[in-house]
Amino acid sequence: MSSLSTTPPPSVSPDGRAGTLPRTGGRSSERRGDRVFRGLSLGAGLSLLGIIVAIAVFLVVQAVPALRDNTASFLTDTVWDPNAASPAFGIVALAFGTVLSSLLALAMALPVALGVALFISHYAPRRLAGPLGYVVDLLAAVPSVVYGLWGIFFLNDKVIDTSAFLAEHVGWFPLFGADGIYGRSVFLASIVLAIMILPIIASLSREVFLQVPTSQQEAALALGATRWEMIRTAVLPFGKPGVIGATMLGLGRALGETIAVAIVLSPAFVVSLDILTPNSGNTIAANIALGFAEASSTGRGALIASGLVLFAITLVVNVLARAIIHRRREFTA
Amino acid sequence: MAKRIESIGLDAYYGAFKAIEDVNVVIEPKTITALIGPSGCGKSTFLRTLNRMHEVVPGARVTGRLLLDDEDVYGPGVDATGVRRTIGMVFQRPNPFPTMSIYDNVAAGLRLNGVKGKKVLDEAVERSLKGANLWNEVKDRLPKPGAGLSGGQQQRLCIARAIAVEPQVLLMDEPCSALDPISTLAIEDLMTELKDRFTIVIVTHNMQQAARVSDRTGFFTIEATGEPGRLVEIDDTQKIFTNPGEKRTEDYITGRFG
Repeated sequence: MSSLSTTPPPSVSPDGRAGTLPRTGGRSSERRGDRVFRGLSLGAGLSLLGIIVAIAVFLVVQAVPALRDNTASFLTDTVWDPNAASPAFGIVALAFGTVLSSLLALAMALPVALGVALFISHYAPRRLAGPLGYVVDLLAAVPSVVYGLWGIFFLNDKVIDTSAFLAEHVGWFPLFGADGIYGRSVFLASIVLAIMILPIIASLSREVFLQVPTSQQEAALALGATRWEMIRTAVLPFGKPGVIGATMLGLGRALGETIAVAIVLSPAFVVSLDILTPNSGNTIAANIALGFAEASSTGRGALIASGLVLFAITLVVNVLARAIIHRRREFTA
Repeated sequence: MAKRIESIGLDAYYGAFKAIEDVNVVIEPKTITALIGPSGCGKSTFLRTLNRMHEVVPGARVTGRLLLDDEDVYGPGVDATGVRRTIGMVFQRPNPFPTMSIYDNVAAGLRLNGVKGKKVLDEAVERSLKGANLWNEVKDRLPKPGAGLSGGQQQRLCIARAIAVEPQVLLMDEPCSALDPISTLAIEDLMTELKDRFTIVIVTHNMQQAARVSDRTGFFTIEATGEPGRLVEIDDTQKIFTNPGEKRTEDYITGRFG
């Protein structure tokens, strides 16, 4: 035997196990940092779930006594008189007004927002695109009460004129029926909502459009596409999931917007398509804001029940958006 | 079908920077011309001037004359989108539209040209995919996303997309640099087949590839960083790789430089 063979084989570690690779002491292969971080992110995720469940439970628990005292049918009646000796309230008028005003706002805001986003991302010269994007972001930061005040003191006069014009010339259209009184209407509320959600949709859509890979855009251009054709072929399809997400965020804000609607709208508990006239609708959020201070305990329960419905509407909207994105998942980049 | 290209005193700029200077080249119809040279020598820039893709970059412009048969590509009133429909392009990285199916990717160019009939499109898609040697691999999954194919298949899909509009010239900007050797071979075979119908110009870093597929080879280089790239020489591929006219070309292809 040579002298070299007397040194112990290097592949036995001090604790007697074979192998030179570093070993973990315990059962998992994580270091402390990994464990701490995993715990923190798990906790954050769970707390979010907990908060949502807590909100839902709170709404249900608070609403049940009022719903028990209700003499009308909550899900099918339009009447809203929860503070009376024999309380009667239904969600139909409020839910209808909420959805109608939000959809109108979306219909007005979405085309403009996409135009703004595309202009900033693909048409504007670089010198202009930066400041313009900044202004859009700034619009998103204006508090809603300011929009409400601007809506009632400035926009209402213009809307009255526009409404009269619409009723006179296209009065046959189902939404434009009128009786000669205009302003403080669902139409005004929708316009204010549209202006509020426009910067959200425009800003997020712009971010998505800017992320379309140059290679995709060059592929379209090299086929002989004009700029608009390139946008239609490469940019819009690529950005679609993002635009849907942005739209849903905007819709969510419109559905839940409280103070601006409460300021501009002259409310009534009716289901009506006459968006040009005052006293032709109301929204859940605005009704809660206006009614909460003077509500009896049953009245508060009724408002909370309406809040539960708003919660459900928002949930449905989000699930629908997810479904739309999911349906074409394998075609998204 | 295939057309002849001639550039006369062609310069290309990015803003104030002159990327290529005084390029004079004649490219004959139904030939494959390879452009080789070190990185940054302007060969890709030159390729992109041929179908006016160069000017897509903000601030980029071209001076000089570029003739397609006898028509000046940069002449007054010539529409860049029309040029690009006549001169197709395949890029370095396969770039099928990720939101489209295999079928729609191939049909994209035709649809941009206003072709609508399903029968016409079906035929063109099949013909183009066969032309790109991809038909047998994808004929059963045309509605599937194009992005689900392998890299080499994606590149052949892009070639099918480019030839679907029946261009006169096909430009290829390092079409195999992101592919494995087997996919590369498939594309090189395809190029040789496509030569019967198109004028092909290919930029490549792979000198064996240039020697294998091309009829003529052009060598670009730059003197120093910041200088414009120049075409040193262009000649029959056989001659460039055995007996080049310029010392700089010989140094490059024998590996003494670049």
